[in-house]
Amino acid sequence: MRVVIAEDLFLLRDGLTRLLEAHGLEVCAAVDNGKDLLAALTAGRPDGPNVPDVAVVDVRLPPTFTDEGLRAALAARREVPGLPVLVLSQYVEQLYARELLACGEGGIGYLLKDRVFDSAQFVDAVRRVAAGGTAMDPEVIARLLARSSGDSAISGLSPRECEVLALMAEGRSNAAIAQRLYVSERAVAKHTASIFLKLGLQPSDDDNRRVLAVLAYLGR
Amino acid sequence: MSQTAMIPDSQGQRGARPWGFGGGIIAVFRGLALPGLMLSALGLLLVPLVSVFLTALGAGVLIVGDGPSGDHRFLLGLALLAGGLAIGRVFVPAALLALRRLASVIRRLAGEWSGVPIAVPYQPPPGPGQQKLPFRSRLLWLASDPATWRDLLWVAVSVCVGWVIAALPAILAGIGLVGFIYPAARPGMGIPPPAFPGNSRGTLLAIGIAFVLLGVVSAQWLLRAYFWLARSMLAPTGQAELALRVSHLAQTRSETLDSGATEIRRIERDLHDGAQARLVAMGMTLSAAEELLDSSPAAARALLIEARESSAKALAELRALIRGIHPPVLADRGLADAVRALALDSGLNVDVVAGLPGRPQAPVESAAYFAVSEMLANVSKHAHARRTWIDMRHERGMLRVDVTDDGQGGADPSRGSGLHGIERRLAAFDGILALNSPPGGPTVVTMEIPCALSSPKTSSC
Repeated sequence: MRVVIAEDLFLLRDGLTRLLEAHGLEVCAAVDNGKDLLAALTAGRPDGPNVPDVAVVDVRLPPTFTDEGLRAALAARREVPGLPVLVLSQYVEQLYARELLACGEGGIGYLLKDRVFDSAQFVDAVRRVAAGGTAMDPEVIARLLARSSGDSAISGLSPRECEVLALMAEGRSNAAIAQRLYVSERAVAKHTASIFLKLGLQPSDDDNRRVLAVLAYLGR
Repeated sequence: MSQTAMIPDSQGQRGARPWGFGGGIIAVFRGLALPGLMLSALGLLLVPLVSVFLTALGAGVLIVGDGPSGDHRFLLGLALLAGGLAIGRVFVPAALLALRRLASVIRRLAGEWSGVPIAVPYQPPPGPGQQKLPFRSRLLWLASDPATWRDLLWVAVSVCVGWVIAALPAILAGIGLVGFIYPAARPGMGIPPPAFPGNSRGTLLAIGIAFVLLGVVSAQWLLRAYFWLARSMLAPTGQAELALRVSHLAQTRSETLDSGATEIRRIERDLHDGAQARLVAMGMTLSAAEELLDSSPAAARALLIEARESSAKALAELRALIRGIHPPVLADRGLADAVRALALDSGLNVDVVAGLPGRPQAPVESAAYFAVSEMLANVSKHAHARRTWIDMRHERGMLRVDVTDDGQGGADPSRGSGLHGIERRLAAFDGILALNSPPGGPTVVTMEIPCALSSPKTSSC
């Protein structure tokens, strides 16, 4: 799997490269600004031999040191729809999460930089995004849930269902949720079915579509 | 009181009524009400005059008093002097302050009735705080303010000329009604018709109606003329305006410096107790892990996990701190998107409309952001609102932000310290905050900050 890394601080860029390579991913480009990122992501499209599978992007990049990385990622996704992008940031904003999810497609990740500390989970998130899934930071989900606390359908969920909903919104599969909560996959499937019923959403067997439906529900 | 006086009243012209017959009749009665106010002003003017007169009389009697019967004169002079001084001691400052209040009623009415806004010219009392000044410095403060003397001048002019201007329409209409129309309508009654050649009922009626019309038509103009006359004395002079401006600037500057220093202290304390302490602990944990690495790898591993968690906590604390200093989304995207992010985080149902073609300077942006943040916090704490609207735009050199909610209203600006804090922060930019919150709602908070916008954004987001 080929990864493009965009990060302006050398230490972090180097660390990320080594971390991903240690887990068997191939870093095909490591850039330090938005323009190079856009070039690296769109070069060789649509079906060159060495197109990257996923981009890991820092929100703040030179030259403006504002949200250059985010804008480059969004621009790249406009050119290459569905291009998997995992955005890393020192802080998370619901506003940015919305913009990333606005197209309604998967292949999106938005995580705090701290999540890199847990390398196994982080690499799992990168792989998930590359496969068209989502990886939303728990902090984003917590705020989304806090926002929806007045929603009668959400307050009708049991505490366990709320936990499952939060993990599902982060983008995890039933298997991962089961492992996290120390329950069987069957139990998780039962909870998910009940959540979808209570929220009035169409149940779906496809993990990614299910996550997007939940995120769309929470973000309205 | 005087601080707000310096701020141009954006709604000053709103009170001007449309010219018309109905407005004319209202103006006649308003003109009639003004002499009443002037009369009470005269009463207040008499207090210092009586005091000065009695004191002078007493002094005169004492000086002139001699001879054998001087005893009585001496006593009389002493009594007069004491009476004059006592009146001065007890009543004069109070009378002058009451006169200020009365003059300020006229100032307010000038804006509301005729669209002639008059700013308040008084110097703020010396010394800090709201405590009552001792008599001497109070008298000194009042006497050294030219506005006091101009108030007194206004009373004198009003009593001589002003009341005639204000009441003239009512007098004209009264002459028309009582002198012509009434006798013409009821010729049998006791009032004899005015005697001049050719006074038939028709001419009487016509003359009467002409008088009434003249009164009604002239009323608004004369009312306006009276307020212009009042403005020439009650408004601050150029010098007073500058003096007020200077004291306003000095006060806002010291408040800005104070709050800046307090803020830096808070940041220092947060860093010291938070991130810094965690980094120290992390270093200690890491060195302990290093020592245990060979002898007990399992214990070293546990310590390393602890160090990692500690670094995550330090990061979270730094994030919260940075958000309070200057939110990254504000730096990234500017005011409009930062407020949208706030709205999303507030958990309220907020509609944000922003028409800002460029970005204000960073300090203004930051002040506006934290003001909106405070207002949204107030809405979610007190208002019980179902919906909230935020409207931001830039017009006539002002950044204008309205925060409206459909909550229960009845917000009292004097109770919360939050609104006062916003007001102080905005004052550093000559910005103002207006709160309108009738019981039952809706609550509208409006703020205006004079500022220029930078060139329009070239990049698209």
